[in-house]
Amino acid sequence: MLQRTDASQRGELYRVKLAINGAPHDVEVAPWVTLLDLLREGLGLTGTKKGCDHGQCGACTVLLDGMRVNACLLLAVTCDDRAITTIEGVASLEPTAGGGLHPLQDAFMDHDAFQCGYCTPGQICSAVGLIAEGHAHSRDEVRELMSGNLCRCGAYSNIADAVWQVLRDGTAGEGGR
Amino acid sequence: MPPTAISQAPGFVGRPTRRVDGPLKVTGRAKYAAEYDAPGLAYGYIVSSAVAAGRVLAIEADAALQMPGVIRIFSHADRPATATADKAWQDEVAPPGHPFRPFGSDEIHFALQPIALVVAETYEAARDAASLVTARYEVTQHRVDLKRERATAYDPPEKRAGIPPPPAPRGDFAQAYADAPVKISADYVLAPEYHNPMEMFGTTVVRNDDGKLLVFDKTQGSQNVKAYLAGVFGLPEGDIRVVNAYVGGAFGTALRPNMSAVLAVMASLALERSVRVTLTREQMFALGYRPHMEQTVSLACGRDGKLLAVHHDAVSGTSPFEDYQEAVVNWSGMLYACANTKLSYALAKLNTNTPCDMRAPGATSGVYALEAAMDELAHAAGIDPLELRIRNFSERDGNTDKPYSSKALMLCYREGAARFGWSRRQLAPRSMREGNELVGFGMATGVWEAMVVPVTAKAILSADGALEVSTASSDIGTGTYTILAQIAADAFGLPLERVTVRIGDSALSAHPVEGGSWTAASAGASVSLACAKLKEQALARARRMTNSPLAQAAMEEVAFTDGRIALAGDAGRGVSLADVLRASDLGHLEEEASFTPDEKLAGRYASYSHAAVFAEVRVDEELGVLRVPRLVSAVAGGKILNPKTARSQILGGVVMGLGMALHEEGLFDHDLGRLMNHNYAEYHVPVNADIGDIDVLFVDEHEDKLGHLGVKGLGEIGIVGTAAAVANAIFHATGKRVRDLPITLDKLLG
Ligand code: FES
Ligand code: FES
Repeated sequence: MLQRTDASQRGELYRVKLAINGAPHDVEVAPWVTLLDLLREGLGLTGTKKGCDHGQCGACTVLLDGMRVNACLLLAVTCDDRAITTIEGVASLEPTAGGGLHPLQDAFMDHDAFQCGYCTPGQICSAVGLIAEGHAHSRDEVRELMSGNLCRCGAYSNIADAVWQVLRDGTAGEGGR
Repeated sequence: MPPTAISQAPGFVGRPTRRVDGPLKVTGRAKYAAEYDAPGLAYGYIVSSAVAAGRVLAIEADAALQMPGVIRIFSHADRPATATADKAWQDEVAPPGHPFRPFGSDEIHFALQPIALVVAETYEAARDAASLVTARYEVTQHRVDLKRERATAYDPPEKRAGIPPPPAPRGDFAQAYADAPVKISADYVLAPEYHNPMEMFGTTVVRNDDGKLLVFDKTQGSQNVKAYLAGVFGLPEGDIRVVNAYVGGAFGTALRPNMSAVLAVMASLALERSVRVTLTREQMFALGYRPHMEQTVSLACGRDGKLLAVHHDAVSGTSPFEDYQEAVVNWSGMLYACANTKLSYALAKLNTNTPCDMRAPGATSGVYALEAAMDELAHAAGIDPLELRIRNFSERDGNTDKPYSSKALMLCYREGAARFGWSRRQLAPRSMREGNELVGFGMATGVWEAMVVPVTAKAILSADGALEVSTASSDIGTGTYTILAQIAADAFGLPLERVTVRIGDSALSAHPVEGGSWTAASAGASVSLACAKLKEQALARARRMTNSPLAQAAMEEVAFTDGRIALAGDAGRGVSLADVLRASDLGHLEEEASFTPDEKLAGRYASYSHAAVFAEVRVDEELGVLRVPRLVSAVAGGKILNPKTARSQILGGVVMGLGMALHEEGLFDHDLGRLMNHNYAEYHVPVNADIGDIDVLFVDEHEDKLGHLGVKGLGEIGIVGTAAAVANAIFHATGKRVRDLPITLDKLLG
């Protein structure tokens, strides 16, 4: 991990232990590396997206010990001993009987809740966190509580439908291609 | 593309079909330009100009160069040679002028212009070192205030290819306007808008040992970028390949080659290693944008509502170095029938980058002004706004006097109004309320050009019966992968998962940039032609097989299903495609075909997609808080290939239209000439909570002159008219006419 250069060129390195999608990772990381850049550049987990790097868009949403967070706002060194779930690991949280996807992943496809797909990993991780929080009890509350995740393609109403369906029914619904 | 979920019976075209790229996108496996790795990858970080106009006197980079891990710093003063002629920098869709050249000279044309590129071993080292690079400038007076610059506006001497200039005046506007019993005249102002796709621009240049470059880029045209980079750096075309398999949104901003591509290739060539350059969100605001616009519309009608006079004048911002042009006022000469029209369009130079086509460029801006003015005219005449449009329905394009190839706009009006419940609208503004909220109904017409372009596609059938179709198209969220898979699957009677679509690669068959809503109709037609040609070849080979049951069969007499060719009506008498290949001793069958627009038909007909947009707004009477709980968009877009992805295209357009109406606004500091709100926190785009119910309906429209698929394209029509429908509803709710977009609380209460 992170072995592109020798330590002398990269300043001081810190050893950080992370559980990412259930797998232990033992990495040496410079203190200025964000969790987002560690995932994307250091570990090749590019499913987590960078839409602003400023905590303003939600594209980088991952689950930190089950809570949704913006990975661009966290320095990797502060995540020692923490468990992180990214989009690559979401399916294993609650795989559906069929294709081994999380019900939200299936619902997103069913409701066409994305276009370019760039906000999608963040939306899905955010929705996993939202459901765990237990604060959303209506579609309108889903809309409100999903508003930290921008979608410039404008798939909002389909995102709300997909998340609300899973929240309500626990499944992706009637299917149809 | 890996296969998707289990398919049902063949016949996918016209049916709501899940995206074939869905599984990759919901699992994070779809790779975007900045997500490819390479051995020894170096990272570039751009340093941007702090001033809006002037010259760079010196770049001070010593401190940055001392940073561990920093490899080199490029700038106008230290960079490899690039092409000297403008021609090399002019891409497929460049407007007239002198294209911007990153690090081309010491001249500063706009704030946040790139002035240096720090390349380092890690992203963090490059970013930190970039913060240590400073510059000394000679600052000159900038121009960013369009209101002030309107006085300097000029008619662009060289016209942009593909953009019709305003048509010559018809009749006598001045006289007709003077004589008319009902008239209005108003100014409409549009703030600059920024595309801001979620994926920021990024380019990963992977340099092979032989020096050839594989460029992963965020673009709407891999072949456009490839030709451009080859020209700019004097590379043989065979030494460079551009891949854009997945594009995280674009909306027009990736039509032209981007600075990240130029700078990443520049660094890669100079350092002889692989390089990634990504832009920051702030730098995304230094790209092309939807220009500021000042418009005046004057309309007059008789007591019966029939239009007697139309005048539309627009002044748009452009950059100091290019004359960017859109068709803004032309719509006012064609959307409604009127004998006396006067249309004019001019540009004013501003210290910004060159504006860049953004979702329905020109129409979004011009039709907003026209449709807001039509609402004002309806109010002045005491006529229902929908009725006013119906009374002025145009049977021919007034600018060219051509008949429409198809125009189901009347159905959009009728079905949209019925779905919305327009008949419940009270004529007088401020006459509907519920509790504390004033309720308003507004509507507008939308229109966008239906275009087709030449595209070549390839179809390959392999021994296992799988089909691959390919062309250098792009899917920026539009659903291109999916509709091409549907078309190809139907041609061979295959389930979707037996079809692989390859796009997003400059090495594939010729395809222009993906934009203008022309991709579905054009790429779709080329894929369908390639499949038809491949079927001919397969049948010809099947006929020649020993004891072939199809020896005498003509194409009309056979059916292709599930990897077999058989007599229609007698599925038992046929051969498998695998056997055809075996008999021909071939590993695969392959055909390439080109779709070419029928110029003769195009010369005889005007082709447009249309929409009728109906919006309800609710405004808290005391607080001015505004929401749009529901909106109906009724669209006439020819044949709908995939109602699921088609609906999403319209939703996306509507949401961006709501952003235009209520949120989006680039704010300049006129003293510094800099944009103040260059981030997502301060440049507001709609969020989920802003979006109410959006009801999309597609009316029946038979189009048979625009390519054989009958498709018109849907990427842009959803936005056109949306902002006007909302603005008109706000007037109806409150009695207050706000003509400057976005309509924010302060304007509503002010
Ligand atoms: S990238 Fe983290 S919030 Fe935008
Ligand atoms: S799908 Fe493109 S930004 Fe949400």
